[in-house]
Amino acid sequence: MNKLSAVSKAYLILVFTVLYAPIFYLIFYSFNSGGSMNSFESFTLEHYQAVFDDTRLIVILLNTVLVALLSGLIATIIGTLGAIGIVSIKNKKMRSTLLSLNNVLIVSPDVVIGASFLILFTIIGIKLGFASVLVSHVAFSVPIVVLMVLPKLLEMNASLIDAARDLGATKRDVLTRVILPYIAPGIFAGFFMAITYSLDDFAVTFFVTGNGFSTLSVEIYSMARAGISLTINAISGLVFLVTVLIVIGYYFVVNRGKRTEAGR
Amino acid sequence: MKQLVQATIAIMIACFLLFFAVRSLEAVGSNGSSDTLTIYNWGEYIDPDLIAQFEEQTGIHVIYETFDSNEAMYTKVQQGGSSYDIAVPSEYMIETMIEDDMLVELDHSLLPNAKNIDPYFLDLPFDPDNKFSMPYFWGTVGVVFNPTMVPEDLTFESWEDLWDERLKSKVFLVDGSREVIGMGLNSLGYSLNLKDDEALREATDKLKRLTPNVKAIIGDEITPLMINNEAAVALTWSGQAADMMWENEDLDFAVPTEGSNLWFDNMVIPKTSDNIEGAHAFINFMLDAEVAAANADYVGYSTPNAAAMELLDEEVVTDERFYPDEDLREHLEVYENLGLEWLGKYNEYFLEFKMSLN
Amino acid sequence: MFNKSTKGALTPYFIFIALFVIAPIALIIYYSMLDLHGNFTLANYKNFFTSTYLSMTLTSFWYAFLITFFTLLIAYPTAYLLTKTKHKHLWLMLIIIPSWINLLLKTYAFIGIFGLYGPLNAVIEVFGFDPQQILFTDFSFIFVSVYIFIPFMIIPIFNSLDKLNPSFIYAARDLGASAWTTFRRVVFPLTIDGVKSGIQVTFIPALSLFMITRLIAGNQVITLGTAIEQQFLVSQNWGMGSTIAVFLILFMVVIMLFTGQKKKGGRA
Repeated sequence: MNKLSAVSKAYLILVFTVLYAPIFYLIFYSFNSGGSMNSFESFTLEHYQAVFDDTRLIVILLNTVLVALLSGLIATIIGTLGAIGIVSIKNKKMRSTLLSLNNVLIVSPDVVIGASFLILFTIIGIKLGFASVLVSHVAFSVPIVVLMVLPKLLEMNASLIDAARDLGATKRDVLTRVILPYIAPGIFAGFFMAITYSLDDFAVTFFVTGNGFSTLSVEIYSMARAGISLTINAISGLVFLVTVLIVIGYYFVVNRGKRTEAGR
Repeated sequence: MKQLVQATIAIMIACFLLFFAVRSLEAVGSNGSSDTLTIYNWGEYIDPDLIAQFEEQTGIHVIYETFDSNEAMYTKVQQGGSSYDIAVPSEYMIETMIEDDMLVELDHSLLPNAKNIDPYFLDLPFDPDNKFSMPYFWGTVGVVFNPTMVPEDLTFESWEDLWDERLKSKVFLVDGSREVIGMGLNSLGYSLNLKDDEALREATDKLKRLTPNVKAIIGDEITPLMINNEAAVALTWSGQAADMMWENEDLDFAVPTEGSNLWFDNMVIPKTSDNIEGAHAFINFMLDAEVAAANADYVGYSTPNAAAMELLDEEVVTDERFYPDEDLREHLEVYENLGLEWLGKYNEYFLEFKMSLN
Repeated sequence: MFNKSTKGALTPYFIFIALFVIAPIALIIYYSMLDLHGNFTLANYKNFFTSTYLSMTLTSFWYAFLITFFTLLIAYPTAYLLTKTKHKHLWLMLIIIPSWINLLLKTYAFIGIFGLYGPLNAVIEVFGFDPQQILFTDFSFIFVSVYIFIPFMIIPIFNSLDKLNPSFIYAARDLGASAWTTFRRVVFPLTIDGVKSGIQVTFIPALSLFMITRLIAGNQVITLGTAIEQQFLVSQNWGMGSTIAVFLILFMVVIMLFTGQKKKGGRA
């Protein structure tokens, strides 16, 4: 393990500072008794109190996370299989056509996606709500998963698979023992990006939601006209804290597991 | 591979837990009533205590959904797929929705509290005899300015003040073609509902001379920016101005006398409703003097409810900036539905103006 | 390299493409040929070739290029250094987490941070300069856009660097290559797929950015995305909005052809 030089460290610190600056800014104001993100008056926990008092907001938050995780999972499965399928296509034209189609949803503005999905759902007759939102999130997350998995697949060594086949591995084994483990980083990357897309999306969700189902983004955007309340800051602060704790906790649990395994 | 399987299982477990958490929380919230009412409104545009009060009084369970623009709301209601019982669009959108046969005619016998509304706000051109809508909040378009940051002689009694050379890069405009082009038309003495290419060209050319003063054309973010003294002057709606002035006491608001816009957000019952009776009950509830007063107090916009005004602080309802008297109201115009063709033209001119900024 | 049976994996993906890509495209093309009254017309396409939309296209491309360039410039070294840290996967996760906080909220935070009386200007004043107008400038627009796209660029680059066989680098260095030559001739070519993937997930969405153009650039920057949003939500001219969307999709196809993995034939 090479030690990072001071310059490298400073660079990373700078990048992280910038990435986290707006989040700490939001959290800072969540303690503001002033009621808005403008001037800090005095310290209060009332906005956090408000979060726990507001069942509707908590339901919305849980739904948001649920949709993000579930759509991320489904999109990752479809996208990974899709990427494996795409590289197996020998015909170059066919391949690039598929890739272009794949990217259509990435380039289309959310409003267009949202409006066309809405028309689609009403034609098919799907009731707007959890299911329609989930399906839409899966739909716009699949392409990003494909794009994240694809480079890993492309750099995979073909001889690896041939070797496995020669050693008598079944097709199934090739997939689960050779391909999937190799492209796992790409799969995880795709999953996390899918979650990012899902959590951030406002326009598509807005169009395809209904019957009382809502996500945090829709709620926040529609608040803009009359001013976003600091309760939202507080809930974001909590979400942030919990996420960081889960990630760090998970990381160390998994790592300890690995180390003991290696020790045996 | 093991890692992938583990992660998948972990995510699925998390999803199950979330699903049951949501189910149990919703069960607590819905008080077991099957009678529900879906309200479609702007975010933060109602006092949540009032919803609870309504639920308690009527036993109806309220589902509250929010939208962020009239047009987006229109698309959703038009496409169906969700049953909205109450929506709160602005007046020009109500006109469109009436034309497109999307609204249920109101049964006035179920709305005795309508008597509380100031007659000035009833029977307006966009909805004659209030067949389809009842006023919720109203306001104007005007200029918010910070007297500590602009020369003293600028009072914004006239739109011309915006063109003052001393305001270089100090003006925010709201990102709305009707508002900005309308302001251009008004400043030339034209009606803001004009359908005349020459006048629109003239107004756009005049607006282009405003570009040195324009710092940015923005939307709702105008509120935090003005509160933070980021710019001295902003063209915006009175409701937002009230929000800003609440936070930043330096700010002042004026509606120029050449004329400006008078807007309304009214309650309507879309045809998607499957609880028309409950919807009437809700409208009537919101028209109640005490309820309307509490709501106006919470939201901070001007209420059209005369009986509620008597319950509000004297200081608030006599503030002519937000409750202009009849003389001032005379110069105000309600947006007419221009039709898509002319609305498109307004937008093209507005786009041309925007493109001249950079 | 993958045998035929893996094609079975494509089934759910094909269903996805058919339902959520081809159907919407058909819908968009259909709408793009309608005028305000629902009559068939090609006027929208003619309209696109007016100076307004052409200059808008140029602006969009220029800003998308700048955004991608700066994102890559910052993301590549970050990804590289991250692979050298002790808990690299943890650090990578910590790069992603900020993007899970709602974008509109973060944008409001940026409005505060960049404001005339915000923390950034406070720092500037400490150094004895006058407060600067940061909001509503090209700088703030590109900064916030880069901020949004950075995780999307870092992840694929990180993944391709992570598996890079260090012996290649040692070999190159042993053969007397300078650090720069090693990077240019060995490291970069081996990570090119990751970089391409990062560019695709940055440049393509950057073409259709819209919310930031208003919130952070104050409508001083108008992109195709802004125009589409306006046509759909303000003018309610779905025909024209769809037409612009059709062109965006065409541009994307062209970009894909340019950044397409040319070598893949040889590798497959």
